[in-house]
Amino acid sequence: MSFSNSLELLKFHWVAYSIYAVLIISVIAWFAYNLTRKEAKSIVRIPFYGYIAFLVAGGVGHHIFTYNAIPWVSQDITRHEIKPDATYTFEIEKHKWIGLPKKITIQCGQTIKFNVKSRDLVYGFGLFRQDGSLVTQMQVNPGTDVNGILDSNDILWTFNHNGVFDLMSTEYSGPHQYDENGKDLMLVKNLVEVVGCKKDGGKK
Amino acid sequence: MSLVKNLMEGTNFDPDSLNALQKVTLRAVVMSFLFYGLVAVEGMIMRMVVTGPSNPLPPMFSHPEHYFSIMTVHPIVGIFGSTYQLVFAAFMFLVPFLTKKPLYSVKLANFVWLMITIGTALAWIAAFAWQYAPLYTLYWPLPADTEQFKVVGGIVFIVGVALIMIGTLGFIYNIYATIFQRVGVHKNKTTKELLISGFGIDGMLNLWHKLTGKPPYSKEPALSLPVVAIFRGTVDTFLDALVILGAGVLVLVYLIFDLGGSPLDVGAIDALLYKNYFWWGLDLVADGLVLIYVAGSWYLLATIITGQKLFMENVARAALMLELLVSWMVWSHHLLADQGQPEMMKLISGEMVTAFELLTQGLALFITLVTLWKARPLKMTMELKYLLGGLVGFGLAVPAAIIQADMGMNRVLHNTQWIIGAHVHIALIVGLYMTLYSAVYVLWPIVTNNTKLFSSKLSNAHYWLHLIGGIGMGAFMGMAGLDGMLRRHLYVNGEFHTDMVLAAICGSMILLAWLLFLLNIVMSVGIKGLIGIFLPAKDKTASYGIEPKPAVVS
Repeated sequence: MSFSNSLELLKFHWVAYSIYAVLIISVIAWFAYNLTRKEAKSIVRIPFYGYIAFLVAGGVGHHIFTYNAIPWVSQDITRHEIKPDATYTFEIEKHKWIGLPKKITIQCGQTIKFNVKSRDLVYGFGLFRQDGSLVTQMQVNPGTDVNGILDSNDILWTFNHNGVFDLMSTEYSGPHQYDENGKDLMLVKNLVEVVGCKKDGGKK
Repeated sequence: MSLVKNLMEGTNFDPDSLNALQKVTLRAVVMSFLFYGLVAVEGMIMRMVVTGPSNPLPPMFSHPEHYFSIMTVHPIVGIFGSTYQLVFAAFMFLVPFLTKKPLYSVKLANFVWLMITIGTALAWIAAFAWQYAPLYTLYWPLPADTEQFKVVGGIVFIVGVALIMIGTLGFIYNIYATIFQRVGVHKNKTTKELLISGFGIDGMLNLWHKLTGKPPYSKEPALSLPVVAIFRGTVDTFLDALVILGAGVLVLVYLIFDLGGSPLDVGAIDALLYKNYFWWGLDLVADGLVLIYVAGSWYLLATIITGQKLFMENVARAALMLELLVSWMVWSHHLLADQGQPEMMKLISGEMVTAFELLTQGLALFITLVTLWKARPLKMTMELKYLLGGLVGFGLAVPAAIIQADMGMNRVLHNTQWIIGAHVHIALIVGLYMTLYSAVYVLWPIVTNNTKLFSSKLSNAHYWLHLIGGIGMGAFMGMAGLDGMLRRHLYVNGEFHTDMVLAAICGSMILLAWLLFLLNIVMSVGIKGLIGIFLPAKDKTASYGIEPKPAVVS
């Protein structure tokens, strides 16, 4: 099992967690009902060490599953060894993006490096689909090295589905990010466009 | 009895019959529930703003300065003004009650609730009057950003938070001084014995002796299990208070220099290092003291409700020791989206050690459920209902946390409404508060000298509204998060309208639940009784249940 983009992962997560939530509420409700009944008997006897093993397997297994099923995990860990197809570097100061291209067009399957630097506050970098769902994100921390060069905040992302994505700051950086009517001044509409993918994803 | 008479005089509540320990406990409880109401109103304002332009609120609430100042004080009032007050009050009553010793100092207990109340009020005033809004995260250098915030607002806010932390240190001192007092049953105990028991080491040694075929290390541990949980959780409370105080001093220094016309260079502080420092301390609240205090509360409630010994008590004691180590090493799960954070820290601290919380909390859930099950049939009392509600809350919220503390999932869940809804609000409103309500119902007859509750129907209505509203609001916020809605962002155009309307409906159920609870309490103790709680106690006894030789307030 592998997710080709974050939308697939979010849908899977929605279903899986909803099933779990219904299950745990039902189990406690059943438990509560039987607590009041003298004749209630255990349906299953849960062995203590089996339960502990289940918890350990659940906690560790979840990460093993995501490492293998979500492609951006290993890509993120080894990103310094991967040569991107293109790199976009820009900065932020006083809630304004600086050096941002007017539009970024990406061919299907390309791996792109976004390198974002902050001159003052902690911001976020997030790409969003037109339906509002999140493609990817990272935090953008300010700071400089000993030579006064701004610290990098870089993320590597491979785009496998067509789409037009908006750019937003995903971290709160004070009320000056908005005008007095609440309009987000850091929102950049339609910044990224991915082309050349098949309808259900992947290169043509 | 007429309703008006009830409102004035309550059922059979007599504040003059309360001793000093009971009164100081009730004072903090009253303040806690007043702050809870404030936090519920704040939450509803924010929920309604994000439903979109058709919300009935005045436009000022949608202005970013106003909206984010509410968002800044919402957790300060909720966590410190309400939860800390309630937990501290309960524990400063329970430790003397369970150890059969007097509280070290009732004066100090009064100082604690006053400091937390004044501190919370100051932080709230800073946001209300000067719209100081760096959020509770205080990400450097935002709290020292005097282009966006007024210096005086920042100073008042930081002084407020500092007072809360000073009150917290007072609570810690009172708890440990009480535990280490060598009087009553602990007259012949050494500090070493109390320390070993407090850290849960005797439970570990008992397990080890059992495995190696030796007689138990300690047949009668010096401290009962709930006191061990309080002892352990308070270690994290102490470390957390030091970290928050440290961050507060840093911000204060920058603000004062700015006020003096010689601003310091904010770039001198590394933002990522600061994040690590701050999250290490702040996470001791979320993943340290809350989980440990809650586990201890579950054990206490289960034994009081069933009247039986706790199932696998030695394992529970040992698990509390394990939680100590776990809680100190999990903070990196807040920094999974920070690309400068070393990958090994994300992997080990952020993912693997965090996953251990599934084990420690799962263990507490298991032990509590088995203890209840072995004692069946049980009467479905209010305290049992609330305890089960608390178990549901953490049963939902802890796995949600483990899911998001993953490098793959975090990329799409970080800073979204999923985190604050499906995890934080369900953990706090359903998990923590229902556990605390269970404790309130257990302690009510003890602390109020058997005051009759005004209405069991109101209690039940409160329960169901709180449970359904809490789970519902968290669920719809979580769904909006999966659709991309951020948690620290202002949405004024109804971008996530349907989910937010449903979340607001559920939020209003929580608010209504609180009003019903408040009504029930006021009708039980009466307005005269409420005032009487704040008048000096005639009976200066600082303990409960160890008469006829009452200890006297220091």
